[in-house]
Amino acid sequence: MALFDYAPAPESRAAAGDIASTYGHFIDGEFVESTGSEALKTVDPSTEEVLAEFAQGTEADVDRAVAAARKAFTSWSALPGAERGKYLFRIARIIQERSRELAVLESIDNGKPIKETRDVDLPLVAAHFFYYAGWADKLEFAGYGSNPRPVGVAAQVIPWNFPLLMLAWKIAPALATGNTVVLKPAETTPLTALRFAEICRQAGLPKGVVNIVTGDGRTGAALTAHPEIDKVAFTGSTEVGRAIARTLAGTTKRLSLELGGKAANIVFDDAPVDQAVEGIVDGIFFNQGHVCCAGSRLLVQESVHDEVMDALKRRMSTLRVGDPLDKNTDIGAINSAAQLARIQELTAAGEAEGAERWSPACELPSAGYWFAPTVFSNVSATHRIAREEIFGPVLSVLTFRTPEEAVAKANNTPYGLSAGIWTEKGSRILWMASKLRAGVVWSNTFNKFDPTSPFGGYKESGYGREGGRHGLEAYLDV
Amino acid sequence: MSEPTSALRLDVYKTYKLFVGGKFPRSESGRVYEVTDRKSGEWLANAPQGTRKDTRDAVSAARKAFGGWSGATAYNRGQILYRAAEMLQGRREQYIAEVAVSEGLTAKKAAPLVDAAVDRLVWYAGWTDKVAQIAGNANPVAGPYFNLSTPEPTGVVGVVAPQSGNGFSLLGLVSVLAPVIATGNTAVVALAPGAPLPGLSLGEVLATSDLPGGVVNLISGRTEDIAPTLASHADVNALDLAGVVAEEGPASAKSLEVAAADTLKRVLRPESASYDWTTAPGTDRLLTFLETKTVWHPMGM
Repeated sequence: MALFDYAPAPESRAAAGDIASTYGHFIDGEFVESTGSEALKTVDPSTEEVLAEFAQGTEADVDRAVAAARKAFTSWSALPGAERGKYLFRIARIIQERSRELAVLESIDNGKPIKETRDVDLPLVAAHFFYYAGWADKLEFAGYGSNPRPVGVAAQVIPWNFPLLMLAWKIAPALATGNTVVLKPAETTPLTALRFAEICRQAGLPKGVVNIVTGDGRTGAALTAHPEIDKVAFTGSTEVGRAIARTLAGTTKRLSLELGGKAANIVFDDAPVDQAVEGIVDGIFFNQGHVCCAGSRLLVQESVHDEVMDALKRRMSTLRVGDPLDKNTDIGAINSAAQLARIQELTAAGEAEGAERWSPACELPSAGYWFAPTVFSNVSATHRIAREEIFGPVLSVLTFRTPEEAVAKANNTPYGLSAGIWTEKGSRILWMASKLRAGVVWSNTFNKFDPTSPFGGYKESGYGREGGRHGLEAYLDV
Repeated sequence: MSEPTSALRLDVYKTYKLFVGGKFPRSESGRVYEVTDRKSGEWLANAPQGTRKDTRDAVSAARKAFGGWSGATAYNRGQILYRAAEMLQGRREQYIAEVAVSEGLTAKKAAPLVDAAVDRLVWYAGWTDKVAQIAGNANPVAGPYFNLSTPEPTGVVGVVAPQSGNGFSLLGLVSVLAPVIATGNTAVVALAPGAPLPGLSLGEVLATSDLPGGVVNLISGRTEDIAPTLASHADVNALDLAGVVAEEGPASAKSLEVAAADTLKRVLRPESASYDWTTAPGTDRLLTFLETKTVWHPMGM
């Protein structure tokens, strides 16, 4: 049953601009071929069509990129902050000008809906560069000493869920504080990072300040273990985060990590149900649930469980799953076959462990990687779907009776990235917010982001903050 | 350590014990080791040989104390730290004697180090209700939200106490311990194995300062038993490796960091072995064991 009929409203694929058939790395201001011969393919996850081939970065490629960044560091770090800032302002402006192109390219390469890349990713990318551009000549007022110095060469490894936004979160603060970078985009989503390299050239950014080396985890391992880097910034899985922390043990290198999460979204009996349901849906189905801070555990007060579940199922039935480039699409494609397999494995475990699975009737395209929005009820705290990060459009529902029980259940996880609270009672919001061991807490809202707002986790969700004044610290020698 | 007062009277020696959960237990192993005068090599006392089990018990005590201590008002924490400074001041002579034999100094040279330790406690006592004002801030997000970032304590912090450098035995210990607890963390400290007496006595000061039991736990013994237990313990959230001296082996910074990576503990790396602990501390240690929490509140929606 469709409440509304929608005519297709596809964004033009051509707006993505020319996608080359093969890409090399961006090192020392030039696009260069890899020293190795191995090439990887990036596909459109909504069709499985190959979009382009790109280089699997070798150790020699990484060496070359780190050397370029090291060479550029001397002059970049000596540049007056105001001038560094002006490069970042330029980059921000060019991103705004080219945002349609970048949004379409991102949707094609990642599978996420165009309405999200257009209305969330790209505006935040540009805003992030604007925000840190302004810090570049004001660092002595940031609270990190009267003469804050950059760390040096930063190795940055980013995930596939918000490819260009994660690039912005890494590169903007690093450059504003006078560091140079070697960034490795994820192997399923390299295209917007390579397009960003073109933007660096358009902005006239000095050679070697930003270097982009593509490849899979082997390239990432070579980069993060490179002896000539001074800092690693990583966003991705907790397992890889641990491996990087072991690699840097006993050195003087700095590390910031933004890892997994299993956030509780907590709904009290006095919450306005319709608003809460919108927040629940946004919390877990935004970006196909490929969000480290996703509200993947719904904790609902027992007395309103049935009412919330009914409203949630009604709302889920109106979600439109399909072509990422259709402007009406709510849920796009799963980013890769590997991620789809992971979601399938965990949801199968959820059923096997006795939780009750539900999805709306939902026609999925025949090609590409797709997963219908799914909710599990009767979930217990020991189930895998209540403990492990699924990173997909799958919600696990648990119940609680008292605020104390909600806090205990919410904190019963090794992660601590985010949490949500839905209640009309102000004093309860503040009490809950102070008890939840999580780096970002949304009250009566969810999944809001802003360049001025620090983001990062407690416990095994990582350390360091990205965004805001706090985000400068990871790139300053303090 | 003190001079005999009369030829007829025998001094009463002190039995040094661990400080765990607000109590003074012996090591569960029943073992002690000899502590000697740094300069003369003479026997001073027997210190408990704290074990891995003692360390785990201390972590449990620290975890149990975390909710209450982190939930106490900053004003209250400041009052208690100031009280600890008062208690330390009152035992000045005892600490001068203990610091002198621990660091191989004359009483004259040890005295200013004890005074500095008192002053450092006072300094941190004053910080408790100001940290949030320098480490937190409102964030002007582009939307109808009130957005505030505030610092919160990281949790249970394992501390390897300084083992060298001017003033390490008491001033150094206070310099690493006070910032950890000032912000609401709880601590398990591996005391300097060669100079544990000022640290063990510090437990007596803390126990009489209204500090809730378990907020600070002090373990003497082999660093290679205690520190790796802290580094690999899943209920420890962070490590201060200030006093780590081993270049290799299980108590080296590298091994401890590798173990800490399993649960992604925050790690503060070792201080230089020749660090002068009289140096003004700044806010670095105070701001290290904090997590920034950012809360979004809708406005008018």
